[in-house]
Amino acid sequence: MKLSESWLREWVDLPVDTEELISQLTMAGLEVDAVEDAAPDFQNVLVGHVLSVEPHPNADNLKICQVSIKPEDVTQVVCGAVNVRQGIKVPFAVVGARLPGSVKIKLAKLRDVESFGMLCGADELGLSDKSKGLLELPLDAPVGLNLRDYLKLNDKIIDIDLTPNRGDCLSVRGVAREAAVLNLVPFSEPCFLSVSSSITDTFSIQVDESEACSRYAGRIIKNVDMTVSSPLWLQEKLRRSGLRSTDAVVDVTNYVMLELGQPMHAFDLDKLNGGVLVRMAKKGEMLSLLDGSKVVLTPDTLVVADKDKVVAMAGIMGSDNTAVSSNTCNIFLESAYFNPIAISGRSRAYGKHTDASHRFERGVDPRLQEVAIERATALLLEIAGGRAGPISIVENKADLFQETEITLRHARLEQQLGLTIEGSQVEDILNRLGLAVRKISGIGWHCSPPSWRFDLSLEADLIEEVARIYGYENLPVATPSAQLPITSFLETRRELPGLRNQLIARGYHEAITYCFVDPEIQRQLTPDAEVISLVNPISSDMSVMRTTLWSGLLPAIRHNLNRQQSRIRLFETGLVFSPSDSGLKQESMIAGAITGHRMPENWHTNAELVDFFDLKGDVQSLLSPYTASEQFEFIKGQHPCLHSGQCAQIRRNGHLVGWLGQVHPAVQKILGLTQTIFVFEVHLQSILEDKLPRFAEVSKFPEVRRDLAFIVHEDVTAGDLCKTVRAEAGKTLIDIKIFDVYKGKGIKVDNKSIALGLTFRDTSRTLEDSEINQAVASIARAIEVKFSGILRDQ
Amino acid sequence: MKNIEILESEASNAVNRAPDLKSLEQTKVDYLGKKGLLTSLLKELGSLSPEERPKAGARINAVKQRILAEIDLKRQAIEYNAIESQLAKESIDITLPGRSDERGSLHLVTHTMERIESFFLRIGYKIEKGPEIEDDYHNFEALNIPAHHPARAMHDTFYVGQNKVLRTHTSPVQVRTMKSQEPPIRIICPGRVYRCDSDLTHTPMFHQVEGLILDENISMADLKGTIDQFLKAFFEEDLPVRFRPSYFPFTEPSAEVDLQCTNCKGKGCRICKNTGWLEVMGCGMVHPTVLSHCNVDPEKYSGFAFGMGVERLAMLRYGVTDLRLFFESDLQFLRQF
Repeated sequence: MKLSESWLREWVDLPVDTEELISQLTMAGLEVDAVEDAAPDFQNVLVGHVLSVEPHPNADNLKICQVSIKPEDVTQVVCGAVNVRQGIKVPFAVVGARLPGSVKIKLAKLRDVESFGMLCGADELGLSDKSKGLLELPLDAPVGLNLRDYLKLNDKIIDIDLTPNRGDCLSVRGVAREAAVLNLVPFSEPCFLSVSSSITDTFSIQVDESEACSRYAGRIIKNVDMTVSSPLWLQEKLRRSGLRSTDAVVDVTNYVMLELGQPMHAFDLDKLNGGVLVRMAKKGEMLSLLDGSKVVLTPDTLVVADKDKVVAMAGIMGSDNTAVSSNTCNIFLESAYFNPIAISGRSRAYGKHTDASHRFERGVDPRLQEVAIERATALLLEIAGGRAGPISIVENKADLFQETEITLRHARLEQQLGLTIEGSQVEDILNRLGLAVRKISGIGWHCSPPSWRFDLSLEADLIEEVARIYGYENLPVATPSAQLPITSFLETRRELPGLRNQLIARGYHEAITYCFVDPEIQRQLTPDAEVISLVNPISSDMSVMRTTLWSGLLPAIRHNLNRQQSRIRLFETGLVFSPSDSGLKQESMIAGAITGHRMPENWHTNAELVDFFDLKGDVQSLLSPYTASEQFEFIKGQHPCLHSGQCAQIRRNGHLVGWLGQVHPAVQKILGLTQTIFVFEVHLQSILEDKLPRFAEVSKFPEVRRDLAFIVHEDVTAGDLCKTVRAEAGKTLIDIKIFDVYKGKGIKVDNKSIALGLTFRDTSRTLEDSEINQAVASIARAIEVKFSGILRDQ
Repeated sequence: MKNIEILESEASNAVNRAPDLKSLEQTKVDYLGKKGLLTSLLKELGSLSPEERPKAGARINAVKQRILAEIDLKRQAIEYNAIESQLAKESIDITLPGRSDERGSLHLVTHTMERIESFFLRIGYKIEKGPEIEDDYHNFEALNIPAHHPARAMHDTFYVGQNKVLRTHTSPVQVRTMKSQEPPIRIICPGRVYRCDSDLTHTPMFHQVEGLILDENISMADLKGTIDQFLKAFFEEDLPVRFRPSYFPFTEPSAEVDLQCTNCKGKGCRICKNTGWLEVMGCGMVHPTVLSHCNVDPEKYSGFAFGMGVERLAMLRYGVTDLRLFFESDLQFLRQF
């Protein structure tokens, strides 16, 4: 909320300068976001009186004016403004004046006529974005007075970022009240005299929704002169609060809203039919709003209607066809209390956030309506004339603000704040805040908040108020103490940081990508997966929740490929999302993607590209050594986005827990990836669950190694071969190494040779040759039977 | 016997001159072998008188011992030189880079989050996590933010369907913890959160670490102390910290925490928008209504909660100037940390 400092100081006499005031407000929870000058810097601009205007002999658009800034002193100025005329008072930049933007006013000759200075429009003084002609000052403006002093332009605009609980401070009055509390100075409401009605006309008010609108005050004002614009002082106050001047009626309602915090609305009385009615909208009712838009109303919207039509979205915006216009003669002024619950959320739902809705949502002082309507009437009559009728009020006392009593316990206050504080100081703070305080001996106080502090309803609210005014910076500081018993944790639960470090040591960089991804990309990766879509995405390429981390990682790879990086290793951990019978699943995954050379470019090895086994090695390094060989299996699989010949399922105890493989060349192309990419993704849970290692006896006896090479059909997998070997060799086989896989010369087409290094050992004795020979023979036999494999000559 | 001195010096010279082990061995044979020159002197002892014999014999033996020792020394020298010349041939350029893969990196957000966690884990806090798609109840209702509450406007919420939202803060984890555990509770809740907002200073996804203490007799003084100590520890600097009243529906009293600008030390600069202060955290005493929602007796227990933005703290600590870099996965950025 923007606020003129000088306006604030009209309301309360503050013993502090601007800087101190700003700091006080910020430290009291009314955070000052910015402070600006009310007007840009300009100098030597005075109130000038245009005494005469003559045509320019050489230019139709220019006039020669005689301008006075003191008696008996006349200056000639050439001016091109359309509204320059004899008798008006305008800002006059004399020779030597400086205007915003470092414009210096010098003696000038315009089409052969000398001009000693310049008459200014509001735009030239930085007081408006654009203006038509000169800024006309009131006729009683003292001639020769410095314009900055006359318009009080040496003022600051304070922008306060108010928290939603402080609706009471959305006005000059509210901030003044708060500033008075902070500065220990008295605050007294100015006394606005009520306007006695000069006509008896009234307009019928009916409130069907008395809970949503517990008070509705209205009044007729007839014969308003819409040709008069609001006075400059009022326009200036509006401008400094960020509002534009429109016409006298709207300006006055805005002014009162800014000053007192009560949003008001003026209807063109002659366009209302039969009276106003506050009710809920009917389904499908249409409304053309002031801002030119049309909305279809929903039944949860509170409206003001007349006999035939909806005339306002209550507390948010009035209708187009009942608005005050230049032809308006008679108005109906509305000053109502709409319940925050009836208003909040609606303006957002319609996308119509207004100054009025902002205040009603946060709450308006429920006792303010008559004061505000009287204030507005008085201003309006003064500015635009007219005759006011009596105020009509419909109110529902049951739902209106009721004085509540909150008990504040002294002990609780001290405990919560960790503070020792005198009772008298607490009372003083609460009194200054406008609460009625009644002491309860030995316990604390009964407190009744004033009508504008409807945000106070609990003891905690009062504790906060005391802390706030006492000053958070003055509260003590302590270190919490705690009992710290030792608790156990699962040793069989591996920790994520360890896995991350493992991948980092293998050259992977951790990426964090958005959890909402491009549905087009994701469809390529998991075409069959059901997805969860965002109702209100930021953009269409961030509109569905990821079903795989690859949806973020592959675009990240592409981002880097497009920036001259050719060797990339990325990994990510995070949730993937999918619908499920019980609502939705959110599962933790770890995934990686690699592309480019196996090693960074170097002097010692030939540059080779990564392949499936680089990736498989990385994945295997993530498995616990205690479970890897025993519980995990890599099984050839088919995945819609992976190369059909280079794709594996990762299974733990038979359950699918992940995938790895080469990105399918077709998918790679669609995603715009210029290199072969290998990816993996594993359920984190499956690799975090571990088991405890168990000691096995250390053998004192020598081990025996036998190397066997088998020729088998190329479809026979090393995994199956080793399984058979293990089954046949018996317990003394302690290790198998695959040390060669060969296809080519000397081996039949479709066949391959796999060389295995077997290590045998026993813990209780030295193994004899004959035993080993027997094991080898039985292995060879099994492989022949199972795979038609042939043992090569040793 | 006169020529024994001559013979010794000859032998000694021969030993010293020997260029390799082979000629050294030959020298040994020449002088000390069965037919060696020194050995043959012993054979001449018979021609001496019995009185002279022992003396001359001892002299010859002493010479023999000396020559043997010289030969031994010479052998070691030759062997040593041989190794040295071999090693000289094997010399390498040790300035060439070693064989290794390039090291990867932890994301700066993860690093910062783990670092924040470590301060609290050391003083007995536990880590709690929760789902990222939350229901309206845990994200809002239980936290004293009913539907239509103006505070909902502070949280530009992503919706994923009926009553389901992408959590706008990690506070729902606090709710879940308070509902499932008995006080005393000391937890921190790190995680990803989402707000429907994207510009230079906002990304629609970011990270928070929130903390909660719930125990008997916890006060605002404890909160101030904890936050103050944490910020000084995190920035490893004794920077002034200030608390100013604010509003969060789930805490009361509530506070914003400002840290003196780490860049200009309070003088005012671009980073702190000339205020000298940086807004770094929100915190407060847990609202009694929230405690009641979580079945905690607000008369018996009280607590404080705080929350901070991880990216914001990381930017201040490491001087990152553009928030959006965190989620672009650009190797130029990732490699730096």
